[in-house]
Amino acid sequence: MNFERIREKLNILADAAKYDVSCASSGSDRTNKTKGLGNASKMGICHSYTADGRCVSLLKILLTNHCIFDCAYCVTRKSNDVPRAAFKVQEVVDLTINFYRRNYIEGLFLSSGIFKSPDHTMERLVAVAKKLREEENFNGYIHLKSIPGASDELMYEAGLYADRLSVNIEVPTISGLKLLAPDKKHEDFTKPMEKVKNEIVRYKSERKIIKTTPKYAPAGQSTQMIVGASGESDKDIMYSATYYYKTFNMKRVYYSGYVPVTHDSRLPAIGSQVPMLRENRLYQTDWLLRFYGFSIGEILNNQHPNLDMDVDPKLSWALRNLHHFPVNINTADKQLLARIPGIGMRSVDKIVKARKFRKLNWDHLKKIGVALNRAQYFMVCDSRHWERRDLDADKIKGMILQNSSGKFRNQYSTQLSLFN
Amino acid sequence: MNASTTLVYDGSFNGFLTAVFVAFDEKINVADIQKNDQTQSGLFSDTETVFTHVEKAKRVWNGVRNKSHNAISNVYFAFLSEAEGVEMMLYSYIQKLMRTKNGKYLDYSDSTVLYIAQLARKVGREKHRMEAFVRFQLTKDEIYFANIEPDFDVLPLISKHFRDRYADQKWLIYDVKRKYGIYYDLDHVEMVSLNLKDIHYNKTVKNDAFTNEEYEYQTLWNDYFKSTYIASRINPKLHTQHVPKRYWKYLSEKKEAV
Repeated sequence: MNFERIREKLNILADAAKYDVSCASSGSDRTNKTKGLGNASKMGICHSYTADGRCVSLLKILLTNHCIFDCAYCVTRKSNDVPRAAFKVQEVVDLTINFYRRNYIEGLFLSSGIFKSPDHTMERLVAVAKKLREEENFNGYIHLKSIPGASDELMYEAGLYADRLSVNIEVPTISGLKLLAPDKKHEDFTKPMEKVKNEIVRYKSERKIIKTTPKYAPAGQSTQMIVGASGESDKDIMYSATYYYKTFNMKRVYYSGYVPVTHDSRLPAIGSQVPMLRENRLYQTDWLLRFYGFSIGEILNNQHPNLDMDVDPKLSWALRNLHHFPVNINTADKQLLARIPGIGMRSVDKIVKARKFRKLNWDHLKKIGVALNRAQYFMVCDSRHWERRDLDADKIKGMILQNSSGKFRNQYSTQLSLFN
Repeated sequence: MNASTTLVYDGSFNGFLTAVFVAFDEKINVADIQKNDQTQSGLFSDTETVFTHVEKAKRVWNGVRNKSHNAISNVYFAFLSEAEGVEMMLYSYIQKLMRTKNGKYLDYSDSTVLYIAQLARKVGREKHRMEAFVRFQLTKDEIYFANIEPDFDVLPLISKHFRDRYADQKWLIYDVKRKYGIYYDLDHVEMVSLNLKDIHYNKTVKNDAFTNEEYEYQTLWNDYFKSTYIASRINPKLHTQHVPKRYWKYLSEKKEAV
């Protein structure tokens, strides 16, 4: 191993890969049967965290940052003047195995700039995964990027070796895509997704009959959208996310606040702030849709095309729908409990189990871990004390904001600070 | 009223379960259950030493497990927390569990049940952290070696994870605080105690117990770690929340920060 050369390449190609936010290593149940190396952990493991607080679970690198495309938002686009490098297949395999053996990572996340042609690139990515699985007997996690425009045959093969496949659509609207990535077509993204989805469905039904059917992308597919690059509304983003969840059975859609990397009149200027709060609100909405039983139209619609920045989307929905409240903690069914602001799914679960033994009061709820500063206005429990005043939405919002603090508070507060 | 008795056991989990068995069997009015190296006799209670008896322990284990799998894992996890007075809490937890038909372990409005569930969760979190934060270093005799210093005694909980994962390499994880380790010899895992001359946390000087290649990979890992963050999103508070400082000593990517 030429240590210095590898070091140089790693620096270039890891740096270029960091804008991909997905680092999940969960959802795969690949087991180590033949005394080989590695064992996927169903819940995923974050081995470290970056200085910006994101999980480091996979060795996330590009195979190469040479690219024939010129997408405006991308740091490795053709016209950008950055140092370029490319890994050999064996080098990626060695790095992965040696990092894995030291318990640094859960596996490999391999993406790539597109050199020569999409198929040519995809073939190399598949070669790495194949080598890891077949020659190194590696059972850890492998996440491969589906290269937009890759052929069905290669996508099929990729799923045999990888745990997760993903294509980043990056721009949530078709009009935005035309503007920012003129070389790519919407179909280039959806075609590989469609193929992988169909194969997953086929393998699943086959496994029902033949138990030894090999695994096919057991951790499913994911995708990523950039937020705040092309002037789209929260409604645009979430409706298209819902479309991808439904149409392609996505496991995850990631939202990535746009980090300006280039001077381009079509994009926010370098140095403008990364929309982290907005990103956070979008993730909260995503969770409400997937786990809390909300439908997209309830949270975002033509009257409310954008999420509130000062309160979370569930509270914001509750304030618009005060006629559903107050909810009785001791009798209401699960779906309704999950809609009370300040009560998460874990608390819902505990409440439902605990209330079989006795009626719950404020003390119980506090110990269970309910955020009462929000929940108290929307619920009654076994106590004589509850919010009796007939408060309107603005009043409740004001009181909640007054009695709580938030890490993003200074970003939307209208109060001027005295000392800075 | 019966005079109350303090039960003293040898500090092992089986010892504790035996004590529970004895308390039930002899209908003892238990004042406290204590480890034998930290006994403190009460003013109004007798002291009785319990000798670990695997068969008796097994009966308690099976009894609790028959009530619920969830409950037995809660008991084991909470016991490993080594929290002060946890034995008495566990004893009353088991009593409550046995007295009711079933499902008592789900009564989160009971303070003992909630306490044990939360304690077990804490230990579970530490177990998960250790699965993540162990950093092996390759020694010259081809053993992947790691030192750890966990908050709770989680080695028994993580051994299966590492055995399944690293089935084709020899490894040794040594708990510096509790002075024992687990060693895998390509066949099975066993408990070992070592006479470690020095603790292998992050040092900038190379130790000749480890291979040269080991330090190259550490450098590559350090480099990788540095190039993964986006400068305009930096968030030190969140970072230390996820990776508390007390673990940095053993994380090779934190070599320069320590």
